[in-house]
Amino acid sequence: MLNYDKSRFERIFRDSSNEREILVHNASFFQDTLKRFKKNKGAVVGLIVITIVLFFSLIGPFMNSYKYDQVMTEYEKLPPRIPIVEKLGILDGTIVETKTKARAKINPDYERIVKEYVVNGKEMVDVERNIYKEKGFDDVYFWFGTDTLGRDQWTRVWTGTRVSFYIAFLAVLIDMVIGITYGMISGYKGGRTDTIMQRVVEIIVGIPRLVIVTLLVLVLNPGLMSITLALILTGWIGMSRVVRSQVLKLKSFEFILASRTLGSSDSQIIIKDILPNIFGQVLVMSMFSVPSAIFYESFLAFIGLGLQPPMASLGVLISDGYKSIMVYPHMLLFPVVILALLMLTFNLLADGLRDALDPKMKEE
Amino acid sequence: MKKILRVNDLRISFKTNSGNVQAIRGVSFNLFKGETLAIVGESGSGKSVTTKAIMGMLANNATVEQGSILFDGNDILKLTKRELTKIRGSRISMIFQDPMTSLNPTMTIGKQIMESMLEHRKMKRSDAKIKVIELLDLVGIESPSKRFKSYPHQLSGGMRQRVVIAIALASEPDILIADEPTTALDVTIQSQILELIKELQMKLKISIIFITHDLGVVANMADRVAVMYAGKIVEYGLSDEIYYDSKHPYTWGLLASVPDMSTKVDMLYSIPGTTPNLISPPVGDAFAYRSEHTLKIDFEEQPPFFKVSDTHYVASWLLHEYAPKIEMPEHLQRRIKLMLSEEY
Amino acid sequence: MTKYILKRLGMAALTLLVILFILFLLLEFMPGSPFNDEKLSPDQIANLNALYGLDKSPVIRFLIFVKNVVLHQDFGISFVIKKNAAISDMISSRIGITIKIGLQAILIGTVTGIVLGVIAGIKRNTIFDTLTTIIAVLGVSIPSYVFALGLSYYFGYKMRLFPITFDIDDTVRSMVLPSIALSMFVIAQTARFMRMELIDIFKSDYIQLAESKGLSNLKVIIRHALRNAMIPVITVLGPLLVGLMTGSLVVEKIFGIPGIGSLLIQAIQVNDFNVVIAIAFIYSFLYIFVNLLVDLLYGIIDPRIRVQGGGTNA
Ligand SMILES: Nc1ncnc2c1ncn2[C@@H]1O[C@H](COP(=O)(O)OP(=O)(O)OP(=O)(O)O)[C@@H](O)[C@H]1O
Ligand SMILES: [Mg+2]
Repeated sequence: MLNYDKSRFERIFRDSSNEREILVHNASFFQDTLKRFKKNKGAVVGLIVITIVLFFSLIGPFMNSYKYDQVMTEYEKLPPRIPIVEKLGILDGTIVETKTKARAKINPDYERIVKEYVVNGKEMVDVERNIYKEKGFDDVYFWFGTDTLGRDQWTRVWTGTRVSFYIAFLAVLIDMVIGITYGMISGYKGGRTDTIMQRVVEIIVGIPRLVIVTLLVLVLNPGLMSITLALILTGWIGMSRVVRSQVLKLKSFEFILASRTLGSSDSQIIIKDILPNIFGQVLVMSMFSVPSAIFYESFLAFIGLGLQPPMASLGVLISDGYKSIMVYPHMLLFPVVILALLMLTFNLLADGLRDALDPKMKEE
Repeated sequence: MKKILRVNDLRISFKTNSGNVQAIRGVSFNLFKGETLAIVGESGSGKSVTTKAIMGMLANNATVEQGSILFDGNDILKLTKRELTKIRGSRISMIFQDPMTSLNPTMTIGKQIMESMLEHRKMKRSDAKIKVIELLDLVGIESPSKRFKSYPHQLSGGMRQRVVIAIALASEPDILIADEPTTALDVTIQSQILELIKELQMKLKISIIFITHDLGVVANMADRVAVMYAGKIVEYGLSDEIYYDSKHPYTWGLLASVPDMSTKVDMLYSIPGTTPNLISPPVGDAFAYRSEHTLKIDFEEQPPFFKVSDTHYVASWLLHEYAPKIEMPEHLQRRIKLMLSEEY
Repeated sequence: MTKYILKRLGMAALTLLVILFILFLLLEFMPGSPFNDEKLSPDQIANLNALYGLDKSPVIRFLIFVKNVVLHQDFGISFVIKKNAAISDMISSRIGITIKIGLQAILIGTVTGIVLGVIAGIKRNTIFDTLTTIIAVLGVSIPSYVFALGLSYYFGYKMRLFPITFDIDDTVRSMVLPSIALSMFVIAQTARFMRMELIDIFKSDYIQLAESKGLSNLKVIIRHALRNAMIPVITVLGPLLVGLMTGSLVVEKIFGIPGIGSLLIQAIQVNDFNVVIAIAFIYSFLYIFVNLLVDLLYGIIDPRIRVQGGGTNA
């Protein structure tokens, strides 16, 4: 056996300082969550992009002197043109048209041929035309171009984005207020109340949201009001179900039973014991309802059941732009990109939150 | 006696987001033919990982850092996937902890039992079916031919565990690994299942590795016991040596926390503190933080195995000649004796 | 099982009744009755009123309304889009194409989605997995009408592979782009769900048990994982239907398809109440019917539900 110094075999008696050492590793739940969230690149990028878009939707409409509904027919259908960037050859106020060579009369002041080729034996050319020069608007800049009535797209896009944020906010609010309250009452009270409330939910779920909106539009006229009402009528169902099942689960837990025997009132139990325990899930759930609400507004506007022009929302802009998609794709481009970006980033954010709050899902 | 399985200095780690979990940190033991080896330890001590390694079923994020598992002259850790599937389920098979989740919910139990027979023994379907019914009978399921077509959810927990056992036995294995096969069951059913396993071992002469965190469960069953803590074996010996003459304070803690069935006391002893973080395991004896008998050296150096007898080894500095002499607490000895004599 | 079916049937009937009631109320209180056409003579109005029971008490009227709708599929007549044409005729000539495109989209979507999801679930953390995740995220994030616009712009306008707008003489090629546009959402959802299910199932105890039997990976996947993963995927079919409905509206609008979606939009825009209400009813009916079907299918495929109530006798 090796030689050991005898002194190393002295006994050590436990005192509290030893124990504390072990506990150091336990970071708090919140810090853990934050750490996991930060590790999720998609979610962080999502949050940043959402912040930037929100910033522009607030500031954007004031960044130039045009109003979102200001019609300037002389400026109609202009492509985007941004100072400085235009020198790079993009967003420089040009559009490209395809013509047969025979027909193309090039005016060198504002037109040039970018490509020549043969299709089916016909000689074709792609002609790049600078509309601003053609019309003599040398010092005019519309950053996102204009629409068919000469309204400034930049202002309209960011004004329209505000509607999406309003809808996002509304969706979360409805989840948080109606969804939680309904689920909480249904789950906590139980018994007959629960049965009746769940029947009601089942019936509402049985009616497609599209039908509810359609009927509301029929009664109220298309617009933000009917969308808001439709969301209030249907937006909270998913959340109430989740909250109810969570409450049912929690109700039977010992700490809640204990709390009740100690004489806590129902509201105390709900606020102190139940809400904190379901908060994570509620937050994630409400984040997931955001993209679908944003989509719904834009969808309704697109088919003409939502906001109506001259009001601007991303759906309205897409609906307008789609009418001239063949000739002026830029009118469609910006609202579509922003809409897709919003839906994508809210989805990423919700995913990230879920993974951060529920580490079990992502062990490996 | 013949060694059927030899695990040598096994070290396994898992890659995770927060770092490398060193789940198994040098585990060695032998399984003798026809014997039952109990591996005992708290949750997280590495029991399941050890058995998964033997089955060649480690998770994807696992790395075997070192060691070997010799079975039939081959190192299981070095076999190809194909060779592994030939051993797994045919020579070594396994019973899982939770019968409620370990059966496929959408397949009849007959089919689930038949599967490994068809796979490994190349039987005809009709023969296999007869064999399945015999097996169901063997594991104590009533009207087995009717039960053949049942789905798992139509059976109670105890029944399901019998089915799981039947699945494990279907290929007539040499080694049966039972990973806490009774933990998820009621006490009465628990003892029925234990009885069944014991009986089956007598009849079929298989070698068993029995995993549990409750030394009481294996008292009358195990020939040898390995006590695991934080990815290491801390004490290893014949059953009697562990129950009546254990030397490691952790083993004492486990013995003290065996539920006392005769007195039906609800107050259960549990070892104070929690298991250490295996991402950065303690330098010295991992149990030092929780032990009542801690030495200075425990925080500095890991204890080697001290030999108590030819069959009994203990990894604790308390067995060093310089260490103060500390014996298994008297009252614990008495309690264990009493318990083992009257209960089982 | 019988009890389960009965309960589901009862709930579906109740929901349908509630919808009928709402629609009835709307018809009663909407400004402008269906027969306020100034060209109708008082006699004709009285006749029509008698025909639709408008001279009876509200309860009787509701019953008549239900009877007309349920038994005779009679929704009255259109008074704007196609004056005095029976709505049931207008709908029956259009509903076929809507359903056909919807079914095609479901078929393309679920098959592609399941295949992608299975590959991604099995080949965790490989390029396939990443690709599927990207498709799934994009499919969920990008609205179906944006897809439809993109498809019609590139494959219709730029490349001229398919007609941009619906062509009666070339229905087969005309339906390709709309079906694909609609199916994107279905692909995304099923792929995502399938992948998640499989990953969960691979962690489950019964897969471990199957592996411990010494089955090859392929056998474990086919015999044990796939079937169990498919079952919950059926449950997303219901929500997918909602996506399909909204999708069909925009897709019909974009590609100019003469289905009931475009009819609905038109009817709302010109305030043709009867038509709106009729289509609202049809959408609700389809929705309830498919959801019922899905639930029953679920019951048939999942033995746990199949024997519910009378099974546990061990
Ligand atoms: N796939 C994995 N990834 C990361 N860590 C793992 C993995 N599998 C096991 N571990 C870790 O390895 C350690 C030992 O786990 P193991 O499952 O062997 O414990 P156990 O002794 O079987 O406990 P129990 O009684 O709870 O079953 C634990 O700390 C566990 O967290
Ligand atoms: Mg275990």
